[in-house]
Amino acid sequence: MNSLPPGMLLILGALVIPFLKGRTQKVYGLLLPVFSAMHMVNLPPDHLIHVQMFDYVLTPIRVDKLSLVWGYVFHLAALVSIIYQLHVKDKLQDVAGIMYAGAAITAVFAGDVVTLFIFSELAAVASAFLIYANRNTRSATVGTRYFIIQMVAGVLMLFGILLWVHETQSLDFGATYSSGDWQLYGMFVDPESRMPVNPAAWLFLIAFGIKAAFPFLHNWLQDSYPEGTVTGTVFLSAFTTKLAIYALARSFAGADILVPIGLAMTLFPIFFAVIENDLRKVLAYSLNNQLGFMVVGVGLGTQLALNGAASHAFAHIIYKGLLFMAMGAVLFRTGTVKASELGGLYKSMPLTCLFCIIGSLSISGFPIFSGFVTKSLTLSAAFDTHQIWLFVGLLVASAGVVDHSGIKIPFFAFFAHDAGRRVKEAPLNMLIAMGIAAFLCIFIGIYPEPLYALLPFDVQADASGAAWQNYTASHIVTSLQLLLFAALGFAVLYRNGWYPSELPALNIDTDVIYRKVLPAGIRWIARIGRKGIGGARAKALGIINGFIVWIRGHHSPEGIMGDPWSIGATALWAAVLLGIYLIMAYL
Amino acid sequence: MSPTPENHRWLDHPKNARKLFIGLILVDLALLVIGELIHKHGHFDAEISVPAFYAIFGFFAYCSIIAGAVLLRKMIKRKEDYYDE
Repeated sequence: MNSLPPGMLLILGALVIPFLKGRTQKVYGLLLPVFSAMHMVNLPPDHLIHVQMFDYVLTPIRVDKLSLVWGYVFHLAALVSIIYQLHVKDKLQDVAGIMYAGAAITAVFAGDVVTLFIFSELAAVASAFLIYANRNTRSATVGTRYFIIQMVAGVLMLFGILLWVHETQSLDFGATYSSGDWQLYGMFVDPESRMPVNPAAWLFLIAFGIKAAFPFLHNWLQDSYPEGTVTGTVFLSAFTTKLAIYALARSFAGADILVPIGLAMTLFPIFFAVIENDLRKVLAYSLNNQLGFMVVGVGLGTQLALNGAASHAFAHIIYKGLLFMAMGAVLFRTGTVKASELGGLYKSMPLTCLFCIIGSLSISGFPIFSGFVTKSLTLSAAFDTHQIWLFVGLLVASAGVVDHSGIKIPFFAFFAHDAGRRVKEAPLNMLIAMGIAAFLCIFIGIYPEPLYALLPFDVQADASGAAWQNYTASHIVTSLQLLLFAALGFAVLYRNGWYPSELPALNIDTDVIYRKVLPAGIRWIARIGRKGIGGARAKALGIINGFIVWIRGHHSPEGIMGDPWSIGATALWAAVLLGIYLIMAYL
Repeated sequence: MSPTPENHRWLDHPKNARKLFIGLILVDLALLVIGELIHKHGHFDAEISVPAFYAIFGFFAYCSIIAGAVLLRKMIKRKEDYYDE
């Protein structure tokens, strides 16, 4: 069993689902992540498997502390998502969801770029079906857009692999970071310049950047996640982007360029989130913002920063999943997640509301919730650089989180003005899944030590080994001041009618380029082309016509070749020819 | 649709919403006082020397974000069927 990559049980196990029925199928699906997690936990620490393929060495399994953090949380996310999906009678979603989770887990344990490529692409293919599963024209369009963009990232990565292997003759993907160095550098980063080492590394950066939703490469995320099925989006929120963060953490630690990129990611989505009406889209922007904190952590590349990125990814998968579950439950019961059509649902869905608030407090980083003890590692690592723009930017981003995920999501869905919807509470399985996630949000917040023990490095405040402390009076009070004064800002603006109202409208983002500008451009070129082709066609016809007229000039009855000869003249010319032939025969 | 009388809850009453608002102000005031009593740590001078730095920052950063978003909406808002899909 030690040669079976972690996650493979889920991939292979998903293939059996179509042959099972009813409750057996659901129980089987539920057991898969449990067995897969047991398999992963039982692998020896620092386990490596090498396979010779022609002249190259593949490493399909590499277990170390960095891969294990993601391994644990991906299994947890798979289990919670499967529970959340128990009521859905759709084998397509069960197969797609479980295979997607399995592929992402296998990719995390990939020790070479080929294995990473194969399984991250399998994850991309499987995940597209969680959008297609809505089975309508819109989901077909959105799913295909999502699929194409994932494939573009895949192709870029493939080119990166070819170039990289050509230059280095090695397929290795990263190595286990030495715990002796405080400042770390990934395999694609030049420690001198702190930039990607070569063009191949840049290709990897762009490929990972698409999947991690870097600015301008991000919009597939906000386009597709709100269009997934109620339960499919919970799967989607966990894996693709966090797999990309893992890949960055594994290979791009210490890349300076990631710090401004990450900071931009924390900032721009918060403005879009404020004015977005679709609450699952608000969460997609919020997800983008959270990824930014992790990208900053990877770019800083110190042990503290990488611990921050890893622990933030862990906590984030749980609270973001919880928020998507709460909005999924609202969509499932009411048929909409548009803020302009919701409000007052706390009366009908009190438990969902409670779980949502726990998710909101966690993502905002309130003391005793998971965001507080995880995001602070990255923030502290960032502030250690003493760069004022990073300090101001990350604090603004933290205040932004209070708005979109801390206030907007629970407030407009469950409170605000009562939209009069009287629906049933979410189904039991959804409540259990949300309950588990909510419990973990609080558990990690109060007792972060078990999570810290999983992190790739010992949790220390600085290179000298100073102890890390979460619950100091200063940290608690300053955090509460930032969060509750931001909340006061909301209260003042909302009560005075200055808060932007929730409107049934659409906001364009970079998707306008490929959904509007490019198609219009292509249509324009086609029109010009048609005009051009029309002109060329007329010219060619003219030439052909001229030729026909010229031929006819000679061969028509009036032409020289069409002139009828008399029998006498014909006989005379025949006699002349025969005569010449006779003479030539005798010569 | 407005809430039916049988579904009327404590929060539906504007007076109670106002009470919550005042509660938030009181909590914030308390935080300001506590903030000045404790020993503060920080990476930057402003965190320690400016009184209520995080409170001021939180409030104004939040309001600036909303102002920015209002401006952004003016530029990017379209009808729901803009993409006509």
